[in-house]
Amino acid sequence: MKNILKLISIIILFCVTSANVISAEKVEYLKTDWTFKGLFGKFDRASLQRGYQVYTEVCAACHSMKYLSYRNLSEKGGPEFSVAQAKAIAASFEVTDGPNADGEMFDRPGKLSDKFVKPYENVKAAEAANGGAYPPDMSVLVKARGGGVDYIYSLLQGYEEAPSGMILDEGVHYNKYMYGNKIKMSAPLSDGIIEYSDGTNASVEQMSKDVTTFLMWAAEPSLEARHQMGFKAIFYLIILTILVYFSMKRIWSRVETEV
Amino acid sequence: MSDHEYTPKSKFGKWFNDRLPLLSLASHLTDYPTPKNLNYWWTFGGILTFCLITQIVTGLTLAMHYIAHADMAFESVEHIMRDVNYGWLIRYIHANGASMFFLAVYIHIFRSLFYGSYKSPREIIWIIGIIIYLLMMAAAFMGYVLPWGQMSFWGATVITNLFSAIPLVGEGIVTWLWGGYSVDNPTLTRFFTLHYLIPFLILGLVVLHIWALHVPGNNNPVGIDIKKPSKDTVPFHPYIVIKDGFALLMFMIVFAFFVFYAPNILGHADNYIEANPLVTPAHIVPEWYLLPFYAILRSVPDKLLGVIAMLSAILILAALPWLDTSKIRSAVFRPLYKQFYWILVADVLILGYVGAMPAEGLYLLIARVATAYYFLHFLVILPVLGLKEKTIPLPLSITEPVMGGSPNIAMAKKKESKIE
Repeated sequence: MKNILKLISIIILFCVTSANVISAEKVEYLKTDWTFKGLFGKFDRASLQRGYQVYTEVCAACHSMKYLSYRNLSEKGGPEFSVAQAKAIAASFEVTDGPNADGEMFDRPGKLSDKFVKPYENVKAAEAANGGAYPPDMSVLVKARGGGVDYIYSLLQGYEEAPSGMILDEGVHYNKYMYGNKIKMSAPLSDGIIEYSDGTNASVEQMSKDVTTFLMWAAEPSLEARHQMGFKAIFYLIILTILVYFSMKRIWSRVETEV
Repeated sequence: MSDHEYTPKSKFGKWFNDRLPLLSLASHLTDYPTPKNLNYWWTFGGILTFCLITQIVTGLTLAMHYIAHADMAFESVEHIMRDVNYGWLIRYIHANGASMFFLAVYIHIFRSLFYGSYKSPREIIWIIGIIIYLLMMAAAFMGYVLPWGQMSFWGATVITNLFSAIPLVGEGIVTWLWGGYSVDNPTLTRFFTLHYLIPFLILGLVVLHIWALHVPGNNNPVGIDIKKPSKDTVPFHPYIVIKDGFALLMFMIVFAFFVFYAPNILGHADNYIEANPLVTPAHIVPEWYLLPFYAILRSVPDKLLGVIAMLSAILILAALPWLDTSKIRSAVFRPLYKQFYWILVADVLILGYVGAMPAEGLYLLIARVATAYYFLHFLVILPVLGLKEKTIPLPLSITEPVMGGSPNIAMAKKKESKIE
């Protein structure tokens, strides 16, 4: 019997180690200190605003964000632009509306209630403009990738020369962190590609961090509310559990048995 | 039981109770004599009731905002997450609630296995439980399809395709299930309908499950029959109510941790990509609670036999009261069974692990060995063990082990030798 138990534990140990070997083959993602992790994690407001700037000036040329509205930019727990700023941002985009009384479609400046304007009319148009690869919608991108924020953060900084012997097709780039190392997107960021309105130095690392923070918020706009409510809920539950525990002890003390 | 003696105090109460004995029922539930030595593994029945109610309430709320249409389902889920007041909270409770429900049901089932709660006279309770478990899996699977992400779509494709393994009519059945020639809008709308229906079927079966339980009363960690009511029992209220309540609160803390701090950790990232029939994900994996059965399915090279193996793995449980030949219920008094019990637990965990891994090489080998062992446990080990095992003498009453030792050990031993 002991032998069987030994055998079982050896099998388990073997499974665990082989799993570790497999995961060791994967590249380690770059790490940075995200402010939104942990029990009280909150977004860095300035980073979110800079991240929006990176998104709108760089990413938005190809990537849509169809589930976000301009009003979200001024909402609590997000980049928290003032309502006036958010209105100005919305108004800087042309939105097709209509049909009007004459049955015509017309362009007008964006409003807070509009969804983020898409760079392409439809998926086919996006593919045609990008060598057949559809630049994925970024609304929930962080949640749609296994490595989450660390993966996106690393990917943006993962462009390198392809190792010798690796043949890349036209329009395909080498990226250390991409699945299969081949990516159709060319390196989107380079030092100083944008000028931050708050004067922060726009290094690739800084921009990667800011835009990833922004994408995290875009995917999980209720993160701050969730963390705050979570703390209250669990704190309440713990207190109640302790009180119920002592009530239980009291009630069961009438019976000659242990609880 | 005391419901026969119960008479309401007020005149109206008596008038009402003579016509519909709800007050008698309430009195029965309150006084229901419960073994006083129940440990915390017995609190999961109450926890499961809580899980079911939580899923129904959050599910109803979600259904008010969800749109069951292939073109709009994914977007409507994002609408719930972003625009509905506390929609994110309701959806995360519902999604993680499914995992918590299965966590609790697995503990509940393995508690039964350890303490032999499925044995006579509790076979019907056990079989109703197996039906509830099957319905839970159906509800969970269909619920996972509703957000219409990549895993939803491809999971639905893989699972519904299993029916094509049935000879002759298989292909026809699959087309009938889909409502077309692939998983598409008609599939989504029928899955939504069934996902809405099943919880109420489960609720009905839970009533029967509890009803069937209240006939013989609870099993207990010692596994011996006890007189009810007696000094070995306590009334359900307040003793069991407060204990179940305490355990439920502990469970809720774990639940809350997942909902508030790791709401997506039990899901798959691919399900945040909208369903695309033209792109197959690298690995199609079901939710964690179905992984052991997925591993059994994939460990058999033939499709039809794989499906049969997977179904048998669940249905074999229904035959358990007759496969286990031992008269002794609790594993506490079955030293050999106890060890095989833990090997089975390890076996199921291993199956779950390899179910999440690609079905190739070493993983496939492990899956095959573990599958074979799973069936070996139920079909060979249990029947033989019951006949061969030398068990530890049972105490005469639950008070003995509870009070720590007994002056009657010698008598108990005598009784035991008579059984043998």
